[in-house]
Amino acid sequence: MAETKVKEAKEPLFGKKERKLLVDPLLDNNPITVQVLGVCSALAVTSLLMPSIVMTVAVVFVCGFSNLITSLLRNIIPNEVRLIAQLIIIATLVTIVELSLKYFDYPTYKELSVYIGLIITNCIVMGRLEAFAMGNKPWKSFLDGLGNGVGYGIILIVVAFFRELFGKGTLFGAQILPEGYFANNLMVMPAAAMFILAVFIWIQRSRNKELVDIS
Amino acid sequence: MSTTKIYLFVASMTVVVALLLTGFRMATAEQAEINEKVFNKRAILKSLAEGLNGNLDDISDEEVQAIFEKDVKQFVIKADGTINEELAAENVKMKKEVKKPVEERNLPLFVYANPVSNKTYYITAVRGKGLWDEIWGSIALEEDFNTIVGVSYDHAAETPGLGAEIKDNSAWVALFTGKKLYDDAGNFVSINVRKGGAIPGNPHQVDAITGATITGDGVTKMLESGLQLYEPYFATLKAGM
Repeated sequence: MAETKVKEAKEPLFGKKERKLLVDPLLDNNPITVQVLGVCSALAVTSLLMPSIVMTVAVVFVCGFSNLITSLLRNIIPNEVRLIAQLIIIATLVTIVELSLKYFDYPTYKELSVYIGLIITNCIVMGRLEAFAMGNKPWKSFLDGLGNGVGYGIILIVVAFFRELFGKGTLFGAQILPEGYFANNLMVMPAAAMFILAVFIWIQRSRNKELVDIS
Repeated sequence: MSTTKIYLFVASMTVVVALLLTGFRMATAEQAEINEKVFNKRAILKSLAEGLNGNLDDISDEEVQAIFEKDVKQFVIKADGTINEELAAENVKMKKEVKKPVEERNLPLFVYANPVSNKTYYITAVRGKGLWDEIWGSIALEEDFNTIVGVSYDHAAETPGLGAEIKDNSAWVALFTGKKLYDDAGNFVSINVRKGGAIPGNPHQVDAITGATITGDGVTKMLESGLQLYEPYFATLKAGM
């Protein structure tokens, strides 16, 4: 993992470094395909597109704000209890997501409630807090969180796209492939996400040789 | 850092988080409760399928509430066929009821009178076990207490794309419409979700969902054990007709 250490000099709001923080996790330092974190939930929620998108939004929110809050508190949090403190921050945000969904969109809350709770255990979120937010300034940490959340979400959506398309012949529940298409049940199984992830990693690494050494 | 400081930090963090979440919850609780009620009512109305005027997705939350006030009568019945006057059907928690012995159970019954077609439908509630957790549903019957108008199922944690299809796959749900609970001799047969496909023309079977055998078996069991409890009450209604 390539972490950028912040210099004390005055920095622009959207300088080169900031952009790098936001864009890097999307492909070259993607949490799932390069850092290989958060694979568990990538397998679980990606059989349909819609839940994957809501999950993405939720993770981007939690990841961004938990990074921000942790970074704000980084000088107050005692080293001995920092993991617990991080966990509490994440759990609080996840609870807020859950309550907001209940308030604004109850049917989606019903559909996703199990998975929303699982964001707490998503290793990407805690990994970013421990690796980045504890040692960097709030704005940078916030960008890093957003970048990693979106990087995670992109993979989720790509995997869900293929799984729903070939597993059921639909996208967002609407029939896309012709009626005669015989749904491939393997794609509905969690294992299919492994295959798609592997192909994604394969393509990614054959295009960017530098990644091969990192793993 | 000294131990006291750590305690102080943890204690103050706990207090802040607790206050924050309590406040957030209190601010959203009322609307969330309404949302939940409407959600449950929608699930009940969904079982009416064609028996409802118009498409349920086009009906607003307020209209759902209005339908329940105007066209739906609620009863709570017992397995011996008597009515429990003390409870409203929409407040019955099936999760708790299924744990009680049969004779103590409260069974919700929603009677929907369609204001346009003047037909009456009887919506029963069932609850059982799927693969991972509980499954439940509303089963709407015609006035003969035998023919299924439609069903709507839901689940706590079935696998999306597999067991969760009992809720999401409208084509599969539609298979139940027109099926019959009783054979020609009047014996209770219920509906069987059959692995390998329903035998064509059999009014008591529907196709199973590929990859969701255990959830399908759960539906079969849930229907059999749940629907026969309504039989005594329906018998008294039939006798009075």
